[in-house]
Amino acid sequence: MDVQTLTYIVVGVTFALYIGIAIKSRAGSTKEFYVAGGGVPPVLNGMATAADWMSAASFISLAGIVSFVGYDGSVYIMGWTGGYVLLALLMVPYLRKFGKFTVPDFIGDRYYSQSARTVAVICAIFISFTYIAGQMRGVGVVFSRFLEVDVDTGVYIGMCVVFFYAVLGGMKGITYTQVAQYCVMIFAFMVPAVFLSIMMTGHIFPQLGFGAELLDATGNSSGIYLLDKLDGLSTELGFSQYTQGSKDMIDVLFITGALMFGTAGLPHVIVRFFTVPKVKDARSSAGWTLLFIAIMYTTIPALASFSRVNMIQSINGPESQGVPHAEAPIWIENWEKTGLIKWDDKNNDGKMFYSNTETNEMNVDRDIIVLATPEMANLPAWVIALMAAGGLAAALSTSAGLLLVISTSVSHDLLKKNLMPNISDKKELMYARLASAAGIIMAGYFGINPPGFVAAVVAIAFGLAASSLFPAITMGIFSRKMNKEGAIAGMLAGLLFTTVYIVYFKFINPSANVSDNWLFGISPEGIGMLGMVVNFAVAILVCKMTAPTPQAVVDMVESIRFPKGAGEAQDH
Amino acid sequence: MSFENEEKAKGYWDENLKLVLKLLAIWAFVSFGCGVLFVDILNEFSFMGFKLGFWFAQQGSIYVFLLLIFVYVKKSNALDQKYGVDE
Repeated sequence: MDVQTLTYIVVGVTFALYIGIAIKSRAGSTKEFYVAGGGVPPVLNGMATAADWMSAASFISLAGIVSFVGYDGSVYIMGWTGGYVLLALLMVPYLRKFGKFTVPDFIGDRYYSQSARTVAVICAIFISFTYIAGQMRGVGVVFSRFLEVDVDTGVYIGMCVVFFYAVLGGMKGITYTQVAQYCVMIFAFMVPAVFLSIMMTGHIFPQLGFGAELLDATGNSSGIYLLDKLDGLSTELGFSQYTQGSKDMIDVLFITGALMFGTAGLPHVIVRFFTVPKVKDARSSAGWTLLFIAIMYTTIPALASFSRVNMIQSINGPESQGVPHAEAPIWIENWEKTGLIKWDDKNNDGKMFYSNTETNEMNVDRDIIVLATPEMANLPAWVIALMAAGGLAAALSTSAGLLLVISTSVSHDLLKKNLMPNISDKKELMYARLASAAGIIMAGYFGINPPGFVAAVVAIAFGLAASSLFPAITMGIFSRKMNKEGAIAGMLAGLLFTTVYIVYFKFINPSANVSDNWLFGISPEGIGMLGMVVNFAVAILVCKMTAPTPQAVVDMVESIRFPKGAGEAQDH
Repeated sequence: MSFENEEKAKGYWDENLKLVLKLLAIWAFVSFGCGVLFVDILNEFSFMGFKLGFWFAQQGSIYVFLLLIFVYVKKSNALDQKYGVDE
């Protein structure tokens, strides 16, 4: 059977599975829609949250980025895992005890203020929208490469599937579907990584393999460590050393921090921990989530270095003299057809050559690295089909989670808590579904007409989460004194500082976006961490000068600090 | 108030804060410390074929993060029981 037919079968079967699960576990009440009735076991919740967290970008792009930038890519590896420590230790047990549905619920109640709630709602909606715009594009790309349909058609198919199970199932349907999606995506990611590891180093575990010695053509140890080989190749070809990177230390520090604190302030992640039965479960669920994420995130750097060596050697050959184009491996030929690998024979010797100097003849798109691994490892066609299903699972699971936050923010935080307080449960559920439908249409629009600034907007999303929601939530828990004036002033100051900095360098004056012009050498990607410091400082200062927190709120803070009496997540 | 008295409530919260701060100090040390600030010094050492600093940045920090969360789960559950505020 050819790759095409196999891919249709594998993708078709997984889609049928997701929809089947959604129908079986569809939501009947707002509580089931928002927090799955609060009855999801912690291990399953961890798996679902991991699937929600690992997006099309994690699955398709991250290993490619690390492969091309080496050590500098560590900011994403540490940044997108370290945030879970903050979530587990500083936030989720207390927010679960608080027991409402959403992040704006907490901010609004804790700071006894409708304006604080509104600021939080706007942050939540904005962050979720920027995220979802990228996901639908991922769906389109996977479809177009593996099913050879139009990117647009791919987006339409993706929209229909997500619409069906997010709108129908709510959190309950999404959670169980995501468990299935996690299994599909992790299996798809690990199979080629394990085979590449065995092929290149003889280790079953890629995590150990990329530290080990390379095997030579006869399958014996060559005596050269893979990473040493990679460092040597990188410097020889004019790149910076793979294990050293080229970013300034302060920038690496701040980007890592902004991604960690941003992760801990993302509404679509936080809300997942409201779905478990007890405070105890919320804590362990954060651990399970990180475990399931870690399986992929410890493999990503390994895969990155395997494919880097493999790619350079396939193009330049073992002697670094270049490989004749006529003898190129089949995966280079396949990807040349898509235009994502380009060869320009500058010196007319018929050979390919890859370097970071004027001798370079290759243009390799880093997004192909993961999708090309089955071909690099000479794996059978079904693995390629699985890869397509895995990429789709990653994009769909994240979109569904984000859609839920958007619909909850609109129906619950905006309508019920702001504009229409007397709305019935049934009506609220209807508006939630309407809002997710609108969300999908918007996401589909951005999938078909992708804005050129997706990467910049994602930097804003993390920056905003780190500089607005994270400080407001942690101060709400760990300080009894923090009042509404302090919290609102802090959030606005953090937001404003971060947004102005990013918008200036990314949109108003992009040509000035070089390290010489940056504040303390911090790039727009890392500024969210400084924004967070600004938020804390302003909040504490304003709090000292304004009226103290009412006693009822102080009592509430005291009561969320211990688990007893959490009960179920509730409306009011 | 689910605690027997104010003193117990304060004792519980102080112990909890101490635990959280200790774990966060390790969290910051392995990620910001070993993975970024001291990476050049650590890279002088070899660990299972990796330069140690590089290994912390792309592998080790994640394993420590995991360990930290599960230690926190275990210790905070024990703390809840000690003060009788578990569910």
